[in-house]
Amino acid sequence: MKPQNQRRNTILFLIVTAGVLILITAAGMLLKDQAVQTNFARKNLAPSREFLFGTDWMGRDMFARTLAGLSLSIRIGLLTAAVSALIALILGTACAVLGRAADAVISWWIDLMMGIPHILLVMLISIACGRGFTGVVAGVALSHWTSLARVIRGEVLQLREAPYILTASKLGVSKMQIVKNHMIPHLLPQFVTGLILLFPHAILHESSITFLGFGLSSEQPAIGVILSESMRYLTTGRWWLALFPGLSLVCVVMLFALLGERVAKLLNPASAHE
Amino acid sequence: MILQAEHLTFSYRRRKQECILQDYSLSITSGERVGLRAPSGRGKTTLCRLLAGYEKPQQGKVLLNGKALSSFRGVCPVQMVWQHPETVVDPLLQLGVTLNEAGKPEERLLKELHIEEGWLKRYPSELSGGELQRFCLARALHPDTRFLLCDEITAMLDLVTQAQIWNFLLEEGKQRDLGMLIVSHDDALLQKVCTRIETLP
Repeated sequence: MKPQNQRRNTILFLIVTAGVLILITAAGMLLKDQAVQTNFARKNLAPSREFLFGTDWMGRDMFARTLAGLSLSIRIGLLTAAVSALIALILGTACAVLGRAADAVISWWIDLMMGIPHILLVMLISIACGRGFTGVVAGVALSHWTSLARVIRGEVLQLREAPYILTASKLGVSKMQIVKNHMIPHLLPQFVTGLILLFPHAILHESSITFLGFGLSSEQPAIGVILSESMRYLTTGRWWLALFPGLSLVCVVMLFALLGERVAKLLNPASAHE
Repeated sequence: MILQAEHLTFSYRRRKQECILQDYSLSITSGERVGLRAPSGRGKTTLCRLLAGYEKPQQGKVLLNGKALSSFRGVCPVQMVWQHPETVVDPLLQLGVTLNEAGKPEERLLKELHIEEGWLKRYPSELSGGELQRFCLARALHPDTRFLLCDEITAMLDLVTQAQIWNFLLEEGKQRDLGMLIVSHDDALLQKVCTRIETLP
């Protein structure tokens, strides 16, 4: 029997996970119209073969709604995580490169942001930006960059003083060459891992503020909206309205977290040869 | 050519009161091999870093032929070989890439330093300290190098390899008329290879 190749298995796992997530996103976008279709002839149906997740009090197919909601969440997550990571990259590098004063100011700012409870900050920014899609995106994007910025700052600081980089510049290697050959290969793994691990946070925070009513408006098929509406019907025994959307949200978040963990393992030089 | 350190005073940022070097002067001319001896923690490595331009002295200056060392562009004519070779090579790059970064070294150097062809494709974690040190030497002996600062470069090697490397360096130094600063705890070694021995206060 051939020995198990950890690296190949990991790559296979990554492809499958990414595939599932892309599939959910695409399916949700296709099912968007079906998700808002009402039909009072089939309201409040329990899960069956025809309606996998049941239907709600307006006869909307919960399976389509859940997929549409997840798709929306993933897309918002992608956008906010990308913006957040970009802010982190710029501020983290600025910290390390622009000197002591800039470092002190930005580090203080990071500490301040981290000191405020996340959900509170997201809510405040979201309300300030007028709720809705813009509010949610701004809120999540502007509050999630702190820890990644700190990681990047540390990494760049350490790299700048690394003997192999000092030696290279003494040997007449140009600044651009040093950034390209020495800095980026060290920074990229940290950055990519940080970026992917931002998704689950972004998605969860997006759903939670929507659930609390400070996020997306209620006509959009978002997971947060679905969950908050279903709360009213839970007491009347319609368990499926909350259970399936909630479960699938947890699954998606866990998939992203696993994806990030595996990517980190694959890219980290300390474990890359395992 | 002459490398001069004039009235150097240096202290590390965290410990402003204790100066590690105070008003220290030293000069090395081409062809000279100056030994440097001092107990641990007296600033031997710091002196090397100052002379090679890795640190700036608080007072005093480092001059090469009367011009400030920092005014030289491109490859610095003063190269330092470090005590710990594993910190001076990028762990994510193959050694061939690291070696050729500042231009391809001469074939002759690789042969005389016993660097094998196959090592060029390996990563630093796959070679031993002594093997890495040979790469660092080959890189530091760039054609433009005029002064070589050797900071305990053979402290972790066995005697045979040590002898091999020093024989090579002496020969190379004579041929190219290099000036050298040799830091070591090993008195016998300094007696053998140096033309003059200095002690740090």
